[in-house]
Amino acid sequence: MFDVLLMVVIFVAAFGIGYALIIRVPQMLHTPLMSMTNAISAVTILGALLLFSVPTTRAEKVLGGVAIVTAMFNVVGGFVITDRMLGMFKKKDAAV
Amino acid sequence: MSGLWIDLGIILILVAGIAQFRTPRAARRGNLTAAAALLCAVIAVLVRHGVLDVPLVAVVAVLGSCFGGWVATRVNMIQIPAMVAFQHGAGGVAALLVSFVELTRDSVEPLARTAQIAALLGLVIGAATFSGSLIASGKLANRLQQTPTNLPRHNQLLVANLAVLIVLGVWAGVTASAGLVLVTSLALIIAGAVVLGVIFAIRIGGADMPVLISFLNATAGLAAAFCGIAIGNRLLIACGATVAASGSILTHVMCRAMNRGLTGVFAGLRPHIAAGPLLPAAAATPKEPSELSAAKPADPCIRAAQLLRAAQRVIIIPGYGMALAEASEEVVRLGEQLTALNKEVLFAIHPVAGRMPGHMHVLLAEAEVDYGKLRELKDVNGQFVQTDVALVVGACDVVNPAAIEASNTPISGMPILRADEARHVVVCNLDERPGYSGVPNPLYRNSKTILLLGDAQATVGRLRQQLEGHTHGAAATSETASPPLARELVENPSGQYNAAE
Repeated sequence: MFDVLLMVVIFVAAFGIGYALIIRVPQMLHTPLMSMTNAISAVTILGALLLFSVPTTRAEKVLGGVAIVTAMFNVVGGFVITDRMLGMFKKKDAAV
Repeated sequence: MSGLWIDLGIILILVAGIAQFRTPRAARRGNLTAAAALLCAVIAVLVRHGVLDVPLVAVVAVLGSCFGGWVATRVNMIQIPAMVAFQHGAGGVAALLVSFVELTRDSVEPLARTAQIAALLGLVIGAATFSGSLIASGKLANRLQQTPTNLPRHNQLLVANLAVLIVLGVWAGVTASAGLVLVTSLALIIAGAVVLGVIFAIRIGGADMPVLISFLNATAGLAAAFCGIAIGNRLLIACGATVAASGSILTHVMCRAMNRGLTGVFAGLRPHIAAGPLLPAAAATPKEPSELSAAKPADPCIRAAQLLRAAQRVIIIPGYGMALAEASEEVVRLGEQLTALNKEVLFAIHPVAGRMPGHMHVLLAEAEVDYGKLRELKDVNGQFVQTDVALVVGACDVVNPAAIEASNTPISGMPILRADEARHVVVCNLDERPGYSGVPNPLYRNSKTILLLGDAQATVGRLRQQLEGHTHGAAATSETASPPLARELVENPSGQYNAAE
């Protein structure tokens, strides 16, 4: 029971902190924000890795393997594209 | 207990990363910080639990990474929404598969009831996010029809589908303990959820995509969080919840920017033109254009260039039509040209100008705009009154004064950019047709508006040539800006797309 309670607390706290931080992100950065949070949502990679912490059947290997591929696709793709996007933003000096 | 502190530390790094999303430069650091947090999380899991099939895991991890990196370095900014939607789908698949294996594996002790429920939810949300995202991605990439697809009794279908899923879920939880029965019932649930995602997404049209993609962002995070509850992993829960929060905020921002409710968007309440007299203002205002046009040069492009030359302050309003016409380069260069002529140039960007939140900013950044000139709706709207020329490129609904003047249109109450308050308006749209909302734009009929219809890349290019010609031309005939100008129409060359957003 304690575990469940702790998990609910973590969920609510993370949602609240995330909300408080993200509400202040300027509109200009909303696309990079979404693509970064998308990469973060691929933390399911942890779950996919944990599947392999115990002996697995062949079917589980296949499913777990696909889960790792898609999650890693998301993690790497998400962070790389966000970095590329943010790198495009350029500001010229006011004194022209 | 030390595990808890390590998890908290990782979450703090992640929070620090998100907190840096204030300016583009800081955000780039923040992105790397978040990536580092995720790397730490992976290392923590590997150290704590170990992995048995190291070669297999390493190979698939490298495979996924290479694929992700390869795609990410190749997409251009107009493809970003499709790419992000596709990634939401990939996240959904990962959550779905992890939940499925957790539910079915019999090598470890069976899941506790809470974990089982969470895993079922992760399974359903993951599967629906997957199929919904693929539909969204297809629409955004223009592989699927952009217009909403309505099935007969669409809402009832959605509700029935949900009901079936709930019944199946309860049944799977109560009766099927293990083995083939369980796998079959779960497979049925996955199939049902996939269908749910499809039915849900096909009805959402092109211009509502910013809402859908934000919503899928939230559900992908939610699926990850449920996955985390199922396997009792705190990091997964925290990260998933953060993403869910982010997606919820963006969904809300997009809905507000369109003045539509979430249920309205998702229940297919597409704005339809109300019956009866729509625009009293539009009918009343048009002044007779002919009186002044006689003395002026016939070519609206030349007159628009004259206006720009005489202007002190110009506000450019880009819409998705600009992106479709691949005119962002031209528009940004025009802005630079005007800046070089000592004009004050700003870009006013409506929150829904694009296919996902913030899309227009990224499109302009790709064209190397000076992002110091980009302004949000609330910051720029007061400035139109002191603006000489509002230059609209490929936007319609977001500058439609009917949103304010008329009370019975689908866009009434939607916040708009007040281009109509500027002294002059130049519109570079493909045609005069109404935007996505279907509401005719009285701005086009206004006597201070010059319409330059046609492909925006070409019209903005011509505008630049006119300006250029003058800059190098001898003895600038400093014409005083002649206020009320005639409206002029150029024949629309072809209508492959609707430039009006």
